[in-house]
Amino acid sequence: MSNIPTELKYASSHEWLRSEGNGVYTVGITEHAQDLLGDMVFVELPEVGDSVAQGDDVAVAESVKAASDIYAPIAGEIVEVNEALTDSPELVNSAPYTDGWMFKIKASDESEVAGLLDAAGYKNAIDEE
Amino acid sequence: MAQQTVLYAKHLEAGAKVVDFHGWDMPLHYGSQIEEHHAVRQDAGMFDVSHMTIVDLKGSRTREFLRFLLANDVAKLTVPGKALYSGMLNEAGGVIDDLIVYFLTEDFFRLVVNSATREKDLAWINAQAKAFDVSVTERPEFAMIAVQGPNAKAKVATILSAEQQAAVAGMKPFFGVQAGDLFIATTGYTGEDGYEISVPEAQAADFWQQLLDAGVKPAGLGARDTLRLEAGMNLYGQDMDETVSPLAANMGWTIAWEPSDRNFIGRAALEQQKAAGTAKLVGLVMEQKGVLRHGQRVVVEGGEGEITSGTFSPTLGYSIAMARVPASTGDTAEVDIRGKLVPVKVVKPSFVRMGKKVV
Repeated sequence: MSNIPTELKYASSHEWLRSEGNGVYTVGITEHAQDLLGDMVFVELPEVGDSVAQGDDVAVAESVKAASDIYAPIAGEIVEVNEALTDSPELVNSAPYTDGWMFKIKASDESEVAGLLDAAGYKNAIDEE
Repeated sequence: MAQQTVLYAKHLEAGAKVVDFHGWDMPLHYGSQIEEHHAVRQDAGMFDVSHMTIVDLKGSRTREFLRFLLANDVAKLTVPGKALYSGMLNEAGGVIDDLIVYFLTEDFFRLVVNSATREKDLAWINAQAKAFDVSVTERPEFAMIAVQGPNAKAKVATILSAEQQAAVAGMKPFFGVQAGDLFIATTGYTGEDGYEISVPEAQAADFWQQLLDAGVKPAGLGARDTLRLEAGMNLYGQDMDETVSPLAANMGWTIAWEPSDRNFIGRAALEQQKAAGTAKLVGLVMEQKGVLRHGQRVVVEGGEGEITSGTFSPTLGYSIAMARVPASTGDTAEVDIRGKLVPVKVVKPSFVRMGKKVV
Protein backbone atom coordinates (compact mmCIF):
# COMPACT_ATOMS: atom_id res chain seq x y z
CA MET A 1 0.00 0.00 0.00
CA SER A 2 1.15 3.47 -0.86
CA ASN A 3 2.70 5.72 1.78
CA ILE A 4 0.49 8.77 2.54
CA PRO A 5 1.99 10.88 5.37
CA THR A 6 -0.72 12.20 7.68
CA GLU A 7 0.94 15.60 8.25
CA LEU A 8 0.50 16.64 4.60
CA LYS A 9 -2.41 17.99 2.58
CA TYR A 10 -3.28 16.59 -0.85
CA ALA A 11 -4.91 17.52 -4.15
CA SER A 12 -6.91 14.85 -5.98
CA SER A 13 -4.52 15.44 -8.92
CA HIS A 14 -1.83 13.76 -6.74
CA GLU A 15 0.18 16.72 -5.46
CA TRP A 16 1.06 17.00 -1.78
CA LEU A 17 1.49 20.23 0.18
CA ARG A 18 3.52 20.83 3.35
CA SER A 19 3.42 24.02 5.41
CA GLU A 20 6.84 25.59 5.99
CA GLY A 21 5.41 28.51 8.02
CA ASN A 22 4.94 32.17 7.02
CA GLY A 23 2.42 31.12 4.37
CA VAL A 24 5.03 29.17 2.38
CA TYR A 25 4.17 25.64 1.25
CA THR A 26 6.34 22.95 -0.35
CA VAL A 27 4.72 20.96 -3.19
CA GLY A 28 5.58 17.59 -4.70
CA ILE A 29 3.80 14.56 -6.09
CA THR A 30 2.69 11.57 -4.04
CA GLU A 31 4.27 8.17 -3.87
CA HIS A 32 1.19 6.80 -5.60
CA ALA A 33 1.62 9.28 -8.47
CA GLN A 34 5.31 8.50 -9.02
CA ASP A 35 4.46 4.79 -8.96
CA LEU A 36 1.86 5.30 -11.71
CA LEU A 37 4.30 7.33 -13.82
CA GLY A 38 7.34 5.09 -13.46
CA ASP A 39 10.98 6.23 -13.71
CA MET A 40 11.16 10.01 -14.02
CA VAL A 41 13.44 11.31 -16.79
CA PHE A 42 12.81 15.08 -16.84
CA VAL A 43 11.04 17.52 -14.57
CA GLU A 44 10.15 20.90 -16.03
CA LEU A 45 9.80 23.35 -13.15
CA PRO A 46 8.15 26.78 -12.98
CA GLU A 47 10.19 30.01 -12.71
CA VAL A 48 10.78 31.58 -9.33
CA GLY A 49 8.58 34.67 -9.21
CA ASP A 50 5.75 33.17 -11.28
CA SER A 51 2.28 34.03 -10.01
CA VAL A 52 -0.02 31.05 -10.29
CA ALA A 53 -3.72 30.41 -9.74
CA GLN A 54 -5.05 27.32 -7.99
CA GLY A 55 -5.25 24.50 -10.54
CA ASP A 56 -2.80 26.05 -13.05
CA ASP A 57 -0.45 23.59 -14.72
CA VAL A 58 2.89 24.82 -13.44
CA ALA A 59 5.28 21.92 -13.97
CA VAL A 60 5.65 18.81 -16.11
CA ALA A 61 6.83 15.47 -14.83
CA GLU A 62 8.07 13.46 -17.77
CA SER A 63 8.58 9.77 -17.07
CA VAL A 64 9.46 6.77 -19.21
CA LYS A 65 5.72 6.30 -19.59
CA ALA A 66 4.15 9.72 -20.10
CA ALA A 67 4.35 13.47 -19.68
CA SER A 68 2.15 14.54 -16.81
CA ASP A 69 1.11 18.05 -15.81
CA ILE A 70 1.64 19.11 -12.21
CA TYR A 71 -0.96 21.57 -10.94
CA ALA A 72 -0.67 24.31 -8.34
CA PRO A 73 -2.71 23.07 -5.37
CA ILE A 74 -3.16 26.67 -4.18
CA ALA A 75 -2.73 30.15 -5.64
CA GLY A 76 0.38 32.18 -4.90
CA GLU A 77 3.89 33.04 -5.99
CA ILE A 78 6.60 30.49 -6.74
CA VAL A 79 9.42 31.32 -4.30
CA GLU A 80 11.79 28.39 -4.82
CA VAL A 81 12.19 25.37 -7.14
CA ASN A 82 14.09 22.14 -6.54
CA GLU A 83 17.12 22.58 -8.82
CA ALA A 84 18.39 19.13 -7.85
CA LEU A 85 15.70 17.60 -10.05
CA THR A 86 17.42 18.95 -13.17
CA ASP A 87 20.25 16.46 -12.78
CA SER A 88 18.46 13.90 -10.62
CA PRO A 89 14.82 13.59 -11.66
CA GLU A 90 14.84 10.11 -10.09
CA LEU A 91 14.60 11.80 -6.66
CA VAL A 92 10.87 12.09 -7.40
CA ASN A 93 10.77 8.28 -7.47
CA SER A 94 13.12 7.52 -4.61
CA ALA A 95 12.01 10.25 -2.17
CA PRO A 96 8.72 11.75 -3.36
CA TYR A 97 7.96 13.44 0.01
CA THR A 98 11.44 14.70 0.82
CA ASP A 99 14.32 15.22 -1.66
CA GLY A 100 11.92 14.87 -4.59
CA TRP A 101 9.91 18.02 -3.79
CA MET A 102 9.23 20.26 -6.78
CA PHE A 103 8.56 23.86 -5.79
CA LYS A 104 7.66 26.18 -2.91
CA ILE A 105 4.75 28.52 -3.16
CA LYS A 106 3.86 31.59 -1.06
CA ALA A 107 0.10 31.36 -0.64
CA SER A 108 -1.98 34.35 -1.70
CA ASP A 109 -5.00 32.95 0.14
CA GLU A 110 -4.20 30.45 2.87
CA SER A 111 -7.87 29.52 3.26
CA GLU A 112 -7.46 27.43 0.08
CA VAL A 113 -5.32 24.98 2.07
CA ALA A 114 -8.29 24.01 4.22
CA GLY A 115 -10.15 22.95 1.09
CA LEU A 116 -7.52 20.33 0.18
CA LEU A 117 -7.72 16.65 1.14
CA ASP A 118 -6.21 15.21 4.27
CA ALA A 119 -4.41 11.85 4.16
CA ALA A 120 -7.61 9.86 4.71
CA GLY A 121 -9.43 11.84 2.04
CA TYR A 122 -6.60 11.30 -0.46
CA LYS A 123 -6.51 7.59 0.34
CA ASN A 124 -10.22 7.37 -0.42
CA ALA A 125 -9.70 9.28 -3.65
CA ILE A 126 -7.04 6.88 -4.95
CA ASP A 127 -8.91 3.80 -3.75
CA GLU A 128 -11.79 4.85 -5.98
CA GLU A 129 -9.58 5.13 -9.10
CA MET B 1 -8.58 -13.41 -17.66
CA ALA B 2 -5.04 -12.86 -18.85
CA GLN B 3 -2.67 -15.77 -19.41
CA GLN B 4 0.38 -16.16 -17.24
CA THR B 5 3.71 -17.64 -18.16
CA VAL B 6 5.19 -20.44 -16.08
CA LEU B 7 7.54 -17.82 -14.57
CA TYR B 8 4.72 -15.65 -13.19
CA ALA B 9 5.39 -16.63 -9.55
CA LYS B 10 9.09 -15.79 -10.01
CA HIS B 11 8.13 -12.33 -11.25
CA LEU B 12 5.96 -11.68 -8.21
CA GLU B 13 8.75 -12.96 -5.97
CA ALA B 14 11.07 -10.39 -7.56
CA GLY B 15 8.59 -7.55 -6.96
CA ALA B 16 7.34 -7.16 -10.51
CA LYS B 17 4.80 -4.55 -11.48
CA VAL B 18 2.60 -6.67 -13.74
CA VAL B 19 0.69 -5.32 -16.74
CA ASP B 20 -1.54 -6.84 -19.36
CA PHE B 21 0.43 -7.28 -22.57
CA HIS B 22 -1.79 -8.52 -25.41
CA GLY B 23 -3.59 -10.92 -23.08
CA TRP B 24 -0.57 -11.92 -21.00
CA ASP B 25 0.23 -10.83 -17.45
CA MET B 26 3.83 -9.69 -17.92
CA PRO B 27 6.34 -7.78 -15.77
CA LEU B 28 6.62 -4.11 -16.78
CA HIS B 29 9.52 -3.62 -14.39
CA TYR B 30 10.79 -4.87 -11.04
CA GLY B 31 11.26 -1.44 -9.47
CA SER B 32 13.14 0.69 -11.99
CA GLN B 33 13.09 0.03 -15.72
CA ILE B 34 16.02 2.41 -16.21
CA GLU B 35 18.20 0.40 -13.83
CA GLU B 36 17.15 -2.77 -15.66
CA HIS B 37 18.07 -1.12 -18.96
CA HIS B 38 21.55 -0.25 -17.66
CA ALA B 39 22.00 -3.77 -16.29
CA VAL B 40 21.54 -5.16 -19.80
CA ARG B 41 23.85 -2.59 -21.42
CA GLN B 42 26.56 -2.93 -18.77
CA ASP B 43 26.29 -6.43 -17.32
CA ALA B 44 23.52 -9.01 -17.82
CA GLY B 45 19.76 -8.95 -17.65
CA MET B 46 17.02 -11.47 -18.41
CA PHE B 47 13.56 -11.23 -19.88
CA ASP B 48 10.73 -13.72 -19.70
CA VAL B 49 9.69 -14.05 -23.34
CA SER B 50 7.71 -17.26 -22.83
CA HIS B 51 4.67 -15.58 -24.36
CA MET B 52 6.39 -15.70 -27.74
CA THR B 53 5.28 -18.47 -30.07
CA ILE B 54 7.54 -21.28 -31.25
CA VAL B 55 6.33 -23.07 -34.37
CA ASP B 56 8.06 -26.15 -35.75
CA LEU B 57 7.76 -26.91 -39.46
CA LYS B 58 8.48 -30.41 -40.68
CA GLY B 59 8.40 -32.10 -44.06
CA SER B 60 10.67 -32.68 -47.01
CA ARG B 61 9.39 -29.53 -48.76
CA THR B 62 9.83 -27.19 -45.78
CA ARG B 63 12.60 -25.12 -47.37
CA GLU B 64 10.59 -24.73 -50.57
CA PHE B 65 7.56 -23.68 -48.47
CA LEU B 66 9.52 -21.05 -46.54
CA ARG B 67 11.01 -19.64 -49.73
CA PHE B 68 7.38 -18.95 -50.76
CA LEU B 69 6.11 -17.84 -47.33
CA LEU B 70 8.83 -15.34 -46.38
CA ALA B 71 10.20 -12.20 -48.03
CA ASN B 72 13.73 -13.09 -46.97
CA ASP B 73 15.19 -16.20 -48.60
CA VAL B 74 15.92 -19.30 -46.51
CA ALA B 75 18.21 -20.41 -49.33
CA LYS B 76 20.73 -18.28 -47.41
CA LEU B 77 20.57 -20.83 -44.58
CA THR B 78 23.13 -23.44 -45.54
CA VAL B 79 24.60 -24.37 -42.16
CA PRO B 80 22.38 -26.24 -39.66
CA GLY B 81 21.42 -23.97 -36.75
CA LYS B 82 21.69 -20.77 -38.76
CA ALA B 83 18.86 -18.26 -38.26
CA LEU B 84 17.35 -15.55 -40.45
CA TYR B 85 15.13 -12.53 -39.69
CA SER B 86 12.26 -12.03 -42.11
CA GLY B 87 8.93 -10.40 -42.68
CA MET B 88 5.95 -12.62 -43.46
CA LEU B 89 3.86 -10.60 -45.92
CA ASN B 90 0.35 -10.72 -47.27
CA GLU B 91 -0.44 -10.49 -51.00
CA ALA B 92 -0.64 -6.69 -50.70
CA GLY B 93 2.91 -6.57 -49.36
CA GLY B 94 1.82 -5.66 -45.81
CA VAL B 95 3.64 -7.19 -42.86
CA ILE B 96 1.62 -9.96 -41.17
CA ASP B 97 4.48 -10.45 -38.72
CA ASP B 98 8.24 -10.32 -38.38
CA LEU B 99 9.91 -13.51 -37.22
CA ILE B 100 13.09 -15.53 -36.87
CA VAL B 101 13.47 -18.78 -38.76
CA TYR B 102 16.05 -21.43 -37.77
CA PHE B 103 17.34 -24.08 -40.18
CA LEU B 104 17.78 -27.23 -38.08
CA THR B 105 17.72 -30.09 -40.59
CA GLU B 106 16.56 -30.19 -44.20
CA ASP B 107 13.10 -31.36 -43.14
CA PHE B 108 12.88 -29.34 -39.89
CA PHE B 109 12.84 -25.55 -39.55
CA ARG B 110 11.72 -23.60 -36.48
CA LEU B 111 9.94 -20.23 -36.43
CA VAL B 112 9.71 -17.86 -33.48
CA VAL B 113 6.86 -15.39 -34.00
CA ASN B 114 5.27 -12.63 -31.94
CA SER B 115 2.69 -13.46 -29.28
CA ALA B 116 0.29 -10.65 -30.16
CA THR B 117 -0.05 -12.05 -33.69
CA ARG B 118 -0.10 -15.73 -32.70
CA GLU B 119 -3.57 -16.64 -33.95
CA LYS B 120 -3.43 -14.93 -37.32
CA ASP B 121 0.13 -16.17 -37.87
CA LEU B 122 -0.82 -19.79 -37.20
CA ALA B 123 -3.91 -19.51 -39.41
CA TRP B 124 -1.87 -18.00 -42.24
CA ILE B 125 1.03 -20.46 -41.95
CA ASN B 126 -1.32 -23.44 -41.76
CA ALA B 127 -3.28 -22.27 -44.80
CA GLN B 128 -0.14 -21.77 -46.87
CA ALA B 129 1.57 -24.97 -45.67
CA LYS B 130 -1.09 -27.34 -47.00
CA ALA B 131 0.07 -27.12 -50.61
CA PHE B 132 3.59 -28.09 -49.52
CA ASP B 133 2.57 -30.92 -47.22
CA VAL B 134 4.44 -29.29 -44.34
CA SER B 135 3.31 -30.00 -40.77
CA VAL B 136 2.89 -26.98 -38.48
CA THR B 137 3.26 -27.62 -34.76
CA GLU B 138 3.15 -25.01 -32.04
CA ARG B 139 5.47 -25.70 -29.07
CA PRO B 140 3.76 -24.09 -26.05
CA GLU B 141 5.52 -26.53 -23.70
CA PHE B 142 8.64 -24.36 -23.84
CA ALA B 143 9.26 -21.29 -21.74
CA MET B 144 11.71 -18.80 -23.22
CA ILE B 145 14.23 -16.63 -21.40
CA ALA B 146 16.33 -13.98 -23.13
CA VAL B 147 19.62 -13.38 -21.30
CA GLN B 148 21.28 -10.27 -22.71
CA GLY B 149 24.26 -8.07 -22.02
CA PRO B 150 28.05 -8.02 -22.25
CA ASN B 151 28.36 -10.57 -19.42
CA ALA B 152 25.29 -12.63 -20.36
CA LYS B 153 27.08 -15.51 -22.05
CA ALA B 154 29.66 -15.86 -19.29
CA LYS B 155 26.96 -15.94 -16.62
CA VAL B 156 24.87 -18.47 -18.52
CA ALA B 157 27.97 -20.63 -18.96
CA THR B 158 28.23 -21.03 -15.17
CA ILE B 159 24.93 -22.94 -15.06
CA LEU B 160 25.33 -25.06 -18.20
CA SER B 161 26.57 -28.64 -18.23
CA ALA B 162 29.94 -29.37 -19.85
CA GLU B 163 28.10 -30.80 -22.88
CA GLN B 164 25.93 -27.69 -23.19
CA GLN B 165 28.95 -25.41 -22.87
CA ALA B 166 30.64 -27.32 -25.66
CA ALA B 167 27.53 -27.04 -27.83
CA VAL B 168 27.47 -23.23 -27.61
CA ALA B 169 31.22 -22.62 -27.57
CA GLY B 170 32.16 -20.22 -30.36
CA MET B 171 28.61 -20.05 -31.70
CA LYS B 172 28.33 -17.04 -34.02
CA PRO B 173 25.46 -14.51 -33.89
CA PHE B 174 22.12 -15.71 -35.22
CA PHE B 175 22.56 -19.42 -34.62
CA GLY B 176 20.56 -21.85 -32.53
CA VAL B 177 21.46 -25.27 -31.12
CA GLN B 178 19.65 -27.95 -29.16
CA ALA B 179 21.84 -28.55 -26.10
CA GLY B 180 20.34 -31.17 -23.83
CA ASP B 181 16.89 -29.94 -22.83
CA LEU B 182 17.68 -26.36 -23.87
CA PHE B 183 17.44 -24.74 -27.26
CA ILE B 184 20.03 -21.98 -27.07
CA ALA B 185 20.16 -19.24 -29.71
CA THR B 186 22.52 -16.29 -30.17
CA THR B 187 19.67 -13.92 -30.89
CA GLY B 188 18.04 -11.07 -29.01
CA TYR B 189 16.14 -7.82 -29.06
CA THR B 190 18.53 -5.49 -27.27
CA GLY B 191 21.55 -4.87 -29.50
CA GLU B 192 23.75 -6.69 -26.96
CA ASP B 193 25.44 -10.05 -26.92
CA GLY B 194 23.50 -12.88 -25.35
CA TYR B 195 21.16 -15.80 -25.76
CA GLU B 196 17.51 -16.56 -26.16
CA ILE B 197 16.98 -19.88 -24.42
CA SER B 198 13.98 -22.18 -24.78
CA VAL B 199 13.58 -24.37 -21.71
CA PRO B 200 10.91 -27.00 -20.93
CA GLU B 201 8.22 -25.37 -18.77
CA ALA B 202 8.79 -27.75 -15.84
CA GLN B 203 12.43 -26.62 -15.57
CA ALA B 204 11.89 -22.94 -16.28
CA ALA B 205 11.48 -21.61 -12.72
CA ASP B 206 14.61 -23.43 -11.54
CA PHE B 207 16.55 -22.19 -14.54
CA TRP B 208 15.40 -18.60 -13.85
CA GLN B 209 16.48 -18.97 -10.22
CA GLN B 210 19.90 -20.28 -11.27
CA LEU B 211 20.33 -17.27 -13.54
CA LEU B 212 19.34 -14.98 -10.66
CA ASP B 213 21.89 -16.70 -8.44
CA ALA B 214 24.49 -16.23 -11.20
CA GLY B 215 23.91 -12.47 -10.99
CA VAL B 216 21.58 -11.94 -13.93
CA LYS B 217 19.10 -9.12 -13.19
CA PRO B 218 15.43 -9.57 -14.15
CA ALA B 219 14.25 -6.96 -16.62
CA GLY B 220 10.72 -6.17 -17.74
CA LEU B 221 8.88 -5.02 -20.82
CA GLY B 222 9.74 -1.38 -20.13
CA ALA B 223 13.48 -1.98 -20.42
CA ARG B 224 12.91 -4.35 -23.32
CA ASP B 225 11.24 -1.52 -25.23
CA THR B 226 13.93 1.11 -24.55
CA LEU B 227 16.69 -1.39 -25.39
CA ARG B 228 15.17 -2.48 -28.69
CA LEU B 229 14.47 1.10 -29.66
CA GLU B 230 18.07 2.16 -28.94
CA ALA B 231 19.14 -0.80 -31.08
CA GLY B 232 16.84 0.39 -33.88
CA MET B 233 14.74 -2.76 -33.89
CA ASN B 234 11.11 -2.60 -34.96
CA LEU B 235 8.18 -3.46 -32.71
CA TYR B 236 5.40 -5.22 -34.56
CA GLY B 237 2.06 -3.40 -34.33
CA GLN B 238 3.78 -0.13 -33.61
CA ASP B 239 6.50 0.43 -36.24
CA MET B 240 4.82 -1.75 -38.85
CA ASP B 241 1.75 -3.89 -39.39
CA GLU B 242 -0.38 -5.33 -42.19
CA THR B 243 -1.03 -1.89 -43.64
CA VAL B 244 2.66 -0.99 -43.89
CA SER B 245 5.12 -2.03 -46.56
CA PRO B 246 8.44 -3.40 -45.27
CA LEU B 247 10.00 -0.79 -47.56
CA ALA B 248 8.43 1.88 -45.35
CA ALA B 249 9.52 0.11 -42.15
CA ASN B 250 13.30 -0.04 -42.57
CA MET B 251 12.96 -3.71 -43.56
CA GLY B 252 14.18 -3.34 -47.14
CA TRP B 253 17.32 -5.26 -46.15
CA THR B 254 15.18 -8.28 -45.23
CA ILE B 255 13.67 -8.58 -48.71
CA ALA B 256 15.60 -11.00 -50.92
CA TRP B 257 14.90 -9.73 -54.45
CA GLU B 258 17.36 -12.19 -55.96
CA PRO B 259 16.99 -14.73 -57.44
CA SER B 260 14.42 -12.78 -59.44
CA ASP B 261 12.48 -15.91 -60.35
CA ARG B 262 11.72 -16.77 -56.69
CA ASN B 263 8.03 -16.21 -56.17
CA PHE B 264 7.14 -15.26 -52.59
CA ILE B 265 3.91 -13.95 -51.10
CA GLY B 266 3.74 -10.19 -51.58
CA ARG B 267 6.49 -10.01 -54.20
CA ALA B 268 4.37 -8.48 -56.98
CA ALA B 269 2.99 -5.82 -54.65
CA LEU B 270 6.45 -5.03 -53.29
CA GLU B 271 7.86 -4.57 -56.79
CA GLN B 272 5.13 -2.04 -57.53
CA GLN B 273 5.72 -0.25 -54.23
CA LYS B 274 9.44 -0.12 -54.91
CA ALA B 275 8.88 1.38 -58.35
CA ALA B 276 6.34 3.92 -57.07
CA GLY B 277 8.37 4.82 -53.97
CA THR B 278 7.27 4.63 -50.34
CA ALA B 279 7.65 6.57 -47.14
CA LYS B 280 10.66 5.66 -45.02
CA LEU B 281 11.32 4.85 -41.39
CA VAL B 282 14.04 7.05 -39.90
CA GLY B 283 15.54 7.71 -36.52
CA LEU B 284 15.03 10.97 -34.66
CA VAL B 285 17.29 12.43 -31.99
CA MET B 286 16.28 15.27 -29.68
CA GLU B 287 19.08 16.43 -27.42
CA GLN B 288 17.03 19.03 -25.54
CA LYS B 289 14.68 18.26 -22.65
CA GLY B 290 11.53 16.33 -23.38
CA VAL B 291 10.53 12.92 -24.64
CA LEU B 292 9.46 11.94 -28.15
CA ARG B 293 6.40 9.68 -28.03
CA HIS B 294 4.41 7.36 -30.27
CA GLY B 295 1.85 9.21 -32.40
CA GLN B 296 3.48 12.65 -32.35
CA ARG B 297 3.35 14.58 -35.63
CA VAL B 298 6.62 15.10 -37.50
CA VAL B 299 6.90 18.11 -39.79
CA VAL B 300 9.46 17.93 -42.60
CA GLU B 301 10.10 20.05 -45.67
CA GLY B 302 7.18 19.51 -47.99
CA GLY B 303 5.27 17.05 -45.83
CA GLU B 304 4.45 15.36 -42.58
CA GLY B 305 5.11 12.09 -40.87
CA GLU B 306 4.50 10.42 -37.54
CA ILE B 307 6.53 8.97 -34.70
CA THR B 308 5.94 5.22 -34.55
CA SER B 309 8.06 4.61 -31.41
CA GLY B 310 9.59 7.18 -29.12
CA THR B 311 11.27 7.07 -25.75
CA PHE B 312 13.86 8.48 -23.43
CA SER B 313 17.13 6.70 -24.15
CA PRO B 314 18.72 5.77 -20.81
CA THR B 315 22.07 5.07 -22.48
CA LEU B 316 22.25 8.39 -24.34
CA GLY B 317 20.47 10.54 -21.76
CA TYR B 318 18.11 12.14 -24.28
CA SER B 319 15.12 11.21 -26.34
CA ILE B 320 15.14 9.10 -29.51
CA ALA B 321 12.41 7.88 -31.82
CA MET B 322 11.54 6.08 -34.99
CA ALA B 323 9.31 7.96 -37.38
CA ARG B 324 7.68 7.26 -40.71
CA VAL B 325 8.30 10.26 -42.95
CA PRO B 326 8.22 11.15 -46.67
CA ALA B 327 11.11 9.74 -48.71
CA SER B 328 12.37 13.27 -49.42
CA THR B 329 13.06 13.96 -45.71
CA GLY B 330 16.52 15.41 -45.11
CA ASP B 331 18.71 15.75 -42.01
CA THR B 332 16.30 17.73 -39.84
CA ALA B 333 12.65 17.76 -38.87
CA GLU B 334 10.34 19.24 -36.27
CA VAL B 335 8.16 17.31 -33.86
CA ASP B 336 4.87 18.59 -32.47
CA ILE B 337 5.28 18.07 -28.73
CA ARG B 338 2.20 19.15 -26.87
CA GLY B 339 1.58 21.95 -29.36
CA LYS B 340 5.20 23.14 -29.64
CA LEU B 341 7.32 22.43 -32.74
CA VAL B 342 10.68 21.18 -31.52
CA PRO B 343 13.66 20.70 -33.88
CA VAL B 344 15.16 17.19 -34.08
CA LYS B 345 17.95 15.51 -36.02
CA VAL B 346 17.09 12.82 -38.56
CA VAL B 347 19.42 9.80 -38.45
CA LYS B 348 19.53 6.16 -39.42
CA PRO B 349 17.25 4.27 -37.02
CA SER B 350 20.03 2.75 -34.93
CA PHE B 351 21.26 4.50 -31.81
CA VAL B 352 23.18 2.10 -29.53
CA ARG B 353 24.89 -1.18 -30.31
CA MET B 354 27.01 -3.33 -28.00
CA GLY B 355 26.83 -0.67 -25.31
CA LYS B 356 28.18 2.04 -27.63
CA LYS B 357 26.52 5.12 -29.03
CA VAL B 358 26.22 4.90 -32.82
CA VAL B 359 24.47 8.20 -33.61
